[in-house]
Amino acid sequence: MAFVNWCKRNLVVIAGLLTLAYLLLPNVIVTVFSFNKPNGRFNYEWQQFSTDAWKDPCGVAGLCGSLSLSLQIAFWATLGATALGTAIAFALVRYRFRARGAINSLIFLPMAMPEVVMAASLLTLFLNMGAQLGFWTILIAHIMFCLSFVVTAVKARVMSMDPRLEQAAQDLYAGPFQTFVRVTLPIAAPGIAAGGLLAFALSFDDFIITNFNAGSTVTFPMFVWGSAQRGTPVQINVVGTAMFVIAVLFVLASMVIGNRRNRRKA
Amino acid sequence: MSTLTEAPPPLSPTAPEKKPPRKRGRWTPYWLLLPGILWLVVFFAAPMIYQASTSVQTGSLEEGYKVTWHVATYWDALSEYWPQFLRSVAYAASATVLCLLLGYPLAYLIAFRAGRWRNLIMILVIAPFFTSFLIRTLAWKTILADGGPVVGALNTLHVLDVTSWLGWTAGDRVLATPLAVVCGLTYNFLPFMILPLYTSLERIDGRLHEAAGDLYARPSTVFRKVTFPLSMPGVVSGTLLTFIPATGDYVNASLLGSADTGMIGNVIQSQFLRVLDYPTAAALSFILMAAILAMVTIYIRKSGTEDLV
Amino acid sequence: MTTKTDATEHSGDVRLSGISKTYGSFTAVHPLDLTVPQGSFFALLGASGCGKTTTLRMIAGLEEPSGGTVHLGDQDVTALPPYKRPVNTVFQSYALFPHLDIFENVAFGLRRRGIKSVKKQVGEMLDLVQLGEQARKKPHQLSGGQQQRVAVARALINHPKVLLLDEPLGALDLKLRRQMQLELKRIQTEVGITFVHVTHDQEEAMTMADQVAVMNAGRVEQLGAPADLYENPQTTFVANFLGTSNLIEAEVDTRSGDDVVVKAAGDKLVLPGARCSAPARAGGKVLVGVRPEKISLTHADDAGSIPEGRNRITGRISSTSFIGVSTQYVVDCAACPEFEVYAQNIDRDARLAPGADVVLHWNPAHTFGLGADQDIDAGVAEGEAA
Repeated sequence: MAFVNWCKRNLVVIAGLLTLAYLLLPNVIVTVFSFNKPNGRFNYEWQQFSTDAWKDPCGVAGLCGSLSLSLQIAFWATLGATALGTAIAFALVRYRFRARGAINSLIFLPMAMPEVVMAASLLTLFLNMGAQLGFWTILIAHIMFCLSFVVTAVKARVMSMDPRLEQAAQDLYAGPFQTFVRVTLPIAAPGIAAGGLLAFALSFDDFIITNFNAGSTVTFPMFVWGSAQRGTPVQINVVGTAMFVIAVLFVLASMVIGNRRNRRKA
Repeated sequence: MSTLTEAPPPLSPTAPEKKPPRKRGRWTPYWLLLPGILWLVVFFAAPMIYQASTSVQTGSLEEGYKVTWHVATYWDALSEYWPQFLRSVAYAASATVLCLLLGYPLAYLIAFRAGRWRNLIMILVIAPFFTSFLIRTLAWKTILADGGPVVGALNTLHVLDVTSWLGWTAGDRVLATPLAVVCGLTYNFLPFMILPLYTSLERIDGRLHEAAGDLYARPSTVFRKVTFPLSMPGVVSGTLLTFIPATGDYVNASLLGSADTGMIGNVIQSQFLRVLDYPTAAALSFILMAAILAMVTIYIRKSGTEDLV
Repeated sequence: MTTKTDATEHSGDVRLSGISKTYGSFTAVHPLDLTVPQGSFFALLGASGCGKTTTLRMIAGLEEPSGGTVHLGDQDVTALPPYKRPVNTVFQSYALFPHLDIFENVAFGLRRRGIKSVKKQVGEMLDLVQLGEQARKKPHQLSGGQQQRVAVARALINHPKVLLLDEPLGALDLKLRRQMQLELKRIQTEVGITFVHVTHDQEEAMTMADQVAVMNAGRVEQLGAPADLYENPQTTFVANFLGTSNLIEAEVDTRSGDDVVVKAAGDKLVLPGARCSAPARAGGKVLVGVRPEKISLTHADDAGSIPEGRNRITGRISSTSFIGVSTQYVVDCAACPEFEVYAQNIDRDARLAPGADVVLHWNPAHTFGLGADQDIDAGVAEGEAA
């Protein structure tokens, strides 16, 4: 009876943790199967423990090339989308101008559009322009769909920023440039960083838009897609696991550093 | 703003060479907006229009296409592919409902019950993002594999009998059935539900729960009358962020489904990249866009939250 | 940019000539002339939306005037951006830079002017505001009162010609506000810089400032020393906004020597002609005012004991409230339905309870007269809100 009552009171917690398990289960599988030694071409059934794939992550033709291409595209797309998006976010929050409503819709729509639609329409444009599909068309597409997300992230931060801070800087002899560099940018930095991280993750992991506009160029998600048809090498799981571990370590490290800094300051 | 129209002439004699102060930074917003907006106009808005025009063109790849206002393409596309359209909406709607049912408890847990574990759980929700979603979707092939522990358990509990009867699964298989596709969609878009839900739940003042309790509301009533209504913005944006991409998705249907579970994304993709029938592909994509915009607009109006961006 | 030492006597005067501000069709500040003398503590007082903050921001350069000029001493600064004006501001809710610690906040202005060794100056400044220990903390780790002092230090360290304070005490609780009022006054006396202080709190303006300009709807209603404003209001707005006034509609009866005799609902009242800001022609209308604390209250049974030569009005007490140092009565009179009287609690007459008939009487010298063409209740609501 006591147990039933306990369950009742913690129903939300139990349900929430089950959802969390559902979210994490595939990652566990990916990790476990990175140590598999499959019999056939597909790595879907457990055979025996092996660290072969970890010892030779680039052992599959094309994998590491596609990975490095994806990282490059993500890097440049992040840079481009963050620069363009931050400028738009500042303009939206800080200035009055014409056609505000239209611009807001133009920024909202890419987020409310299924990827296939954007992918297909962009491909029509590129085909009609006779553009060579490849690195540049992928980069253009990635900057396009990351842009709106960066705007949203930066805008939220800039909006919560007290305009009096910039006025105070001006009052204290900082010209427009100094004000921007010394006050505006540092305070908006977390929003810009969040927008940039989001852009990186979105770009790195994008498949649908890339698949339409890549031509014969192969990014990492496209490599995985292709291998799902032809045979999945264990190395894919190695990369997936490594990325997961690196991301978690990165976040944990930044949290620990943040905590320590706060404690020292307090 | 025209200066010096209503103001009286300056009382003190000022230096003659002084001009009226120039309005500072009148053009700044336009310079800031220009590059990004131009990018969106050229690579987002213009392609949409281009696509609309492609959808009413006729011709062939070899001879080139001409705008002939061949509207019949739309009719042909709809009459041939309406099952895929219907399936897309049905799968996406099911996945959205499942996401809400699964995501709400977790968002609630993080917002109100996690205490010092809050940050850790947040990380665990976001971290899977960093593993390519294709790899994670492939993992579901292992999880739902024929004769695997999950399918075995469902079989023993006779769940599969029920789902087969409903048409969600086939025999003692889960893979290559609608259930597998919906399961994959739910999994892939769950974080997009949890994050907005968490954001709006976290904003709720904990004292409101106490106040409601003080005013004779039982915990379930507190949830129905206070917590849930206040989390509506999160529910609305979460459902949109789940439903829209899920409708257009074709990855889950390809990897976890079969030919009988094809969604409209699969059709568009194959028309565009394999069949190379651009007018039909463009028409399908245009219909999908219009349908989604219509549904989203109605939904936003109905739910009364228009400030999503 | 550094403060010049060859400052002449009037180098810290702030002179506003015909300055105005309009937003589209809305006029926030009507053309305004104002001179704030060097070294004075000057308050701009008014309800929210009266244009006081806009005026202050035009002095700071944060708002461009639609017309008119701003002079600091002999220099016309109208066209100068804020970062080129020798003026500093203590912002409402302080606007401390959240990403910089207290030391860097205070050093900000010095560094922007290219001063390299700031350590000594900042240290001294922080000591002046008693925050030497907190130098390496971030603003959010300080209490409201401490943040306020950082804001003052951050502005003062630049030795501005004028320090502008925009509702600097608005975010503090009552007790702390009192304390900071004294503190600010002390600092001002110590450094001798001109302070222009914007506030909606009339008590704050009166305790701190040498000169107060009362603003209403974008105009200066009246300018003067606090006591002068209080005793001799020139408009109903000032009479009601600064403290409380009992205003009675009356008709001028006769002028006898320096005095004006008026009739209000059958009672004859006398006021000094010098204190009547409206032309007092026989038969003309005026508003007669008297402050509640100037009035004595006598039970109707003892009316005979009231000395001759005092203004008197009869009425009936409608409510009383005891507030410690005094008791406030509201008396229903023929001339004025809600006559307010504040009586010191020295020896209280137990008969003065609601329903009692009383005689109100006061020294005619405490009476003032205003033009009858104004709204008799102007400034009442604003005064209560503030």
